[in-house]
Amino acid sequence: MAEQVKLNIDGVDVQVEKGQSILDAAKKVNIRIPTLCHHEDLCVAGNCRVCVVEQEGKNTLTPSCATPAEEGMVIKTSTPKVRRARKDLMALLVSEHNTQCTTCYRSTNCELQDLAAEYNVDNNIYLSVLKENLEIDKSSWSIEKDDSKCIRCQRCVRTCAELQHVNALAVTERGRDMRISTFMHLPMNEIVCTNCGQCITHCPTGALTERRYYDEIWEAIDDPEKHVVINTAPSVRVALGEMLGFPVGTRVTGKMVTALKKMGFDSVLDTDFSADLTIIEEANELLVRLKDALVHKKDVALPMITSCSPGWVKFIEHMYPEHLAHLSSCKSPQQMFGALTKTYYAEKKGIDPSKIVSVAGMPCAAKKYEANRPEMRDSGYHDVDAGLTTREIGHMIKQSGINFLELEDSEFDSIMGESTGAGVIFGATGGVMEAALRTAYFVITGRPVPFDNLNITPVRGLKGIKETSIKFENCLPEYSFLEGVEAKFAIAHGLINARQIMDQIVAGESPYHFIEIMACPGGCIGGGGQPIPTNDEIRKKRIQAIYDEDMNKPIRMSHENPEIIKIYEDFLEKPLGEKSHHLLHTKYRKRKRY
Amino acid sequence: MSNIKLRKVDVIFSPYSVAPYEILKNAMKRSKDEVVQELIDSGLRGRGGAGFPTGLKWKFAKQQESDQKYVICNADEGEPGTFKDRKLLVEVPRKVISGMAICAWAVGASKGYIYLRREYRYLVSHIEEELELYHKFAKEAGLDFKIEIFMGAGAYICGEETALIESMEGRRGEPRNKPPFPIKNGYLGKPTVVNNVETFASATMVCRMGADEYKKLGTDDQRGSKLFSISGDSPKKGVHELELGMSLEDFANEFGDGDTKAVQVGGVAGFCIPKKQFKTTIIGEGNTTGGSTMIFNSTRSMYNVLHNYLDFFAEESCGQCTPCRVGTQQLLKGIEAVKSKKKPPEYLDQLVKLAETMRLTSKCGLGQSVTNSFSSIVKNFREEMIY
Repeated sequence: MAEQVKLNIDGVDVQVEKGQSILDAAKKVNIRIPTLCHHEDLCVAGNCRVCVVEQEGKNTLTPSCATPAEEGMVIKTSTPKVRRARKDLMALLVSEHNTQCTTCYRSTNCELQDLAAEYNVDNNIYLSVLKENLEIDKSSWSIEKDDSKCIRCQRCVRTCAELQHVNALAVTERGRDMRISTFMHLPMNEIVCTNCGQCITHCPTGALTERRYYDEIWEAIDDPEKHVVINTAPSVRVALGEMLGFPVGTRVTGKMVTALKKMGFDSVLDTDFSADLTIIEEANELLVRLKDALVHKKDVALPMITSCSPGWVKFIEHMYPEHLAHLSSCKSPQQMFGALTKTYYAEKKGIDPSKIVSVAGMPCAAKKYEANRPEMRDSGYHDVDAGLTTREIGHMIKQSGINFLELEDSEFDSIMGESTGAGVIFGATGGVMEAALRTAYFVITGRPVPFDNLNITPVRGLKGIKETSIKFENCLPEYSFLEGVEAKFAIAHGLINARQIMDQIVAGESPYHFIEIMACPGGCIGGGGQPIPTNDEIRKKRIQAIYDEDMNKPIRMSHENPEIIKIYEDFLEKPLGEKSHHLLHTKYRKRKRY
Repeated sequence: MSNIKLRKVDVIFSPYSVAPYEILKNAMKRSKDEVVQELIDSGLRGRGGAGFPTGLKWKFAKQQESDQKYVICNADEGEPGTFKDRKLLVEVPRKVISGMAICAWAVGASKGYIYLRREYRYLVSHIEEELELYHKFAKEAGLDFKIEIFMGAGAYICGEETALIESMEGRRGEPRNKPPFPIKNGYLGKPTVVNNVETFASATMVCRMGADEYKKLGTDDQRGSKLFSISGDSPKKGVHELELGMSLEDFANEFGDGDTKAVQVGGVAGFCIPKKQFKTTIIGEGNTTGGSTMIFNSTRSMYNVLHNYLDFFAEESCGQCTPCRVGTQQLLKGIEAVKSKKKPPEYLDQLVKLAETMRLTSKCGLGQSVTNSFSSIVKNFREEMIY
């Protein structure tokens, strides 16, 4: 057992591990201390100061988040001195804020608003020191930055540095001019930003939000000429409920489908379908690369790395532009879905593709950017017209006046609404790998992957980098070149971990054949478009819901999805075929860091 | 409270009286504990402003187990009205460097830095000349302690020791959370002694004179002599070395122009003492001892003085913590609003309370000390704030 220290908080003795903060110790005995700059995912900053407490023997107040508990400490968390100081601090923060709560996207889900209310900072006694002429940076497809709502807690800066190692956001200037900005104060669309949106989910206020498109979607829904199709990603259904009154980790798939139909979407489809399709294409791509390497002795880029996560794709384009060949050429499920909506779906349904508005409901901020990449027009149209976050969908459901809690379940529409458990688990870190291995192993050996219930547990969980290996034995004749080969796999989530994987590749020391990388910690369930807050406790519950959804599916391998079998029969012909190549695969571009 | 008559002395600025690095050489003949104890016995306190006992700091640093320790000389002399460290580095750099080396030898540090204020970059070649001599000596004496100059970039906040360390590590100069203190976890995470230029020079003199002799200077509370940077309405502006423990009345009589109405003691982070309190105020007791003393005569508007201070703080705060970043702006805007009658005179009382919140909750000495000058000026010169 680690060394313990004993202290007294508000008259209660508490024992914690040495190194834990006074804040941690207080939590342990159910004493709540307000915080703003503190976030479980991030290092301690101690800059907002609202967590101050009285420490016996000190003539200033002590920041409880930044002060380690020490033996014999006597702490008081709610004294007149503490309350006065906290109220003053809240008043100061409010005085440099635009205070336009009524028009704020984060209203009712804002930590500043909550504490300002709690400390009753009404009729603010201080003068406004809000900077004049602040413009909202709307240059990015994904992220809006409004400095007039920023409280300079630096959570976004720490997120971008510690979780993502991108450092797109930084503190600039000092004193009264201190602010959060970008390299050379460039607009958000001209910097290394990957659009992952983790800064948004870690922002306590409305200073960083996703660029919102729901007004345009409503307009399309209301237009009788338009056929509006939405597909929703697997991780939306395990998080959406959080915004609409359900406990964290509740699966609301059926209710979500019903709500979207009631809202007027002409067709509600499942991104899991194109996740399954991704697996077929990507598994085949991997097998081709392996065969080229092992049989034809060609110089192919291995390990192959997944390309489902647009934040990750932009990261590698900026940070490792010489190594883009490692990326799978497969589009992400969102973009495959979009390309097929305006071709296959339109053809089958007999709808003019120019009348179709294709919407993607995603846990992601970067998907908005991805939808607007200039090359994503392979259907002849804008493949995906708009990407909505889970949060925007939640808002739209609220705007519709739907009583979500009491809603009946319904099924996704067809076609492109059928999915498997393999498609579902794309939402959690390790899920793409697991789905790919379920199919690849079957294709290679004709047998199911040798794990209990197909559950490849080594690839699951929140460890930053996970690895596993599988030995192929008794392969089908077509894949005899893999006989006895022990293939090695790795999974990374959070771009700081992606960087480790890439540095290994750059050094020529990567032992892997196939790697899954997701930009966001926890994978899509922890995406930048998910309900706020997100922390490890919440990530775990959403992940559990994903695996429960998987276990409940009658079909749990992508290649057994009847709609997938059918699309190859009717339309695509074969994996990596000409149509696939045209509609489902893409190219990447080298980008600079500035 | 006990005070002594104002007396000019010549300890720190006394000319070199022994062979180069003789004092260091002699110190190295004794035991390390003995030298540290000498410092403790001398009662020497840090001359940068905070006044932490120097010997104790060295003792704690010596107790740390580490493969690497650092000694840093804080020459980021940025407190408005302070210019004594510059003079020290110009006239007796050897005393400063000797002090660093004695410290390094005693605590077991092998690397030292002089963190030099950007505006003093013209001193680099002068200091390097002395460093060359020192390094030659160190080599002969077998002392493994090298010193380099590190240039600051001009931020006031980098005079705060943890902000100074952050800036040396290549980051924004922002104060760290304390604990841990630099003595345990300083430059590059290693135990680090950070002392002011004058502190090192004084330490050298303690070793030269012995604690008993040094202690004869000053009072029980404040030992030794101290450099004062005197500016403002004074016919004797400049750096003066005085025995500690004199009353402000003696000081004003000696250095004022006969019409002194207030003295700012300890720079803008210090206190503004009005004439009526001169008799009962001992410089350095209950006020800071950085050595900046600004003398104001009756022609000066204390509103302008305070406005000037607050404008300085609002600009030089690092901006990371709420009370300091926003508080300094509020105080500045607040006195402007009272002066222009947009806020009633009672608003000043609200601002005094805010200054107290800043003292209680700011992360570092900057925000914590704004209340010193603010409250002392607003309380003592209230009419000047309003009319």
